[in-house]
Amino acid sequence: MSETNESYKTNFAETKDIVFKIFRYDPDVNTEPHFDTFTVPVVKGWTVLDAVMHIKENMDSTVSYRASCRMGICGSCAMDINGKPRLACQTQVIAELQSDEVVIKPLANYPILRDIVPDLTPLIQNHEAVKPYIIRKDKEDQKNPKGELYQTPDELEEYLQFSYCIKCGACMAACPVVATDEEFPGPQALTQAYRYTIDTRDDGFMERIDSVDKTHGAWRCHFAGACSDACPKGVDPAFAIQLLKREITARKFGKKREPAPIAKQPVNVKRLESVPYPPEKTVK
Amino acid sequence: MRESTLWFWHLIAGIVIIFVLGIHIGVMHLDKIMQAIGIMSAGDVLSYADVLARAKTIAYLIIYLLLMWFALYHGFYGLRSMILEISMSKTAQAVVNWVIFLFGFGLAVYGTYAIIIGYTMANA
Repeated sequence: MSETNESYKTNFAETKDIVFKIFRYDPDVNTEPHFDTFTVPVVKGWTVLDAVMHIKENMDSTVSYRASCRMGICGSCAMDINGKPRLACQTQVIAELQSDEVVIKPLANYPILRDIVPDLTPLIQNHEAVKPYIIRKDKEDQKNPKGELYQTPDELEEYLQFSYCIKCGACMAACPVVATDEEFPGPQALTQAYRYTIDTRDDGFMERIDSVDKTHGAWRCHFAGACSDACPKGVDPAFAIQLLKREITARKFGKKREPAPIAKQPVNVKRLESVPYPPEKTVK
Repeated sequence: MRESTLWFWHLIAGIVIIFVLGIHIGVMHLDKIMQAIGIMSAGDVLSYADVLARAKTIAYLIIYLLLMWFALYHGFYGLRSMILEISMSKTAQAVVNWVIFLFGFGLAVYGTYAIIIGYTMANA
């Protein structure tokens, strides 16, 4: 183990020894969780995920973690790093954390599967409950769409920010209401409820209302803003929940909205010669 | 009843409280300042004659009924929200709802009786 560390120090000019305290808990073996400590020669530019992978590959192969894309897209590697939910693949150890000690725990407010791997079932269940997809009045049109639906760039802007959610679960881990109220859907689900409700192509408000306008629904949000602070994609769930409250209230007082109509096919339009055609389909 | 209805009245109650409690604070606690800047003069705060004079007015009756009703609703809805935030069974939630409702409703009835009796006696 120490030979590997020494080789890193030799091969990479700028390394710094950082102490990693990793939360360990295997429900099949341990009765109580504990922390294991590893000293890692962190190379300048490494993320926390790089360091965890280094530990797994060179120091202790039993450390369990979850990661996939390594570029802040899949959301798998969200974990509690030095007291804040973050994406491990986005968090620079030296430049961002600026600490000689890094404490890594699983995301708060979730059951623990093992070590720093949380069970995201509550997140997925709440997400599913708000029906996060376009719902049309015309069910036949929903199954077999006849064409594209009108939407202006301004209408897109209304929900675009909230569509960047990658379901990493960091907002749920930061939310103080989720910590105490098991029935609260959480910032992720409520944000997605708003994202689809405000989409001009959608007409599913009445199908979503029961899952958000309830005793433990949107109204329980304290607007602490911890979710927005934790979100690695800048989605701002706290803002979305306030907008959702406004939307529910507005609809209560008679605001109605017809979903966007199907766009008419353009006629007598000549294609610009400079615009290339798409390549042939590779799958028939 | 949908939660949005209860929550909406919670907001309305908060706004009403700002106004009626503002009047109460102005008359009863900031009277010297209010009189000095000439906004209102409702007499001396503790003088028996002035207390009786205020109690005879219909404005006094309405302001204190509004303050009592909306403050009770606002407070008890907030209390219910805080209690229900602790995860509990559906039965326990129903008990909390009923206790809050009955206690709040009882106080509203008693408060209404007290304010109306005060108004009636002042005018007797």
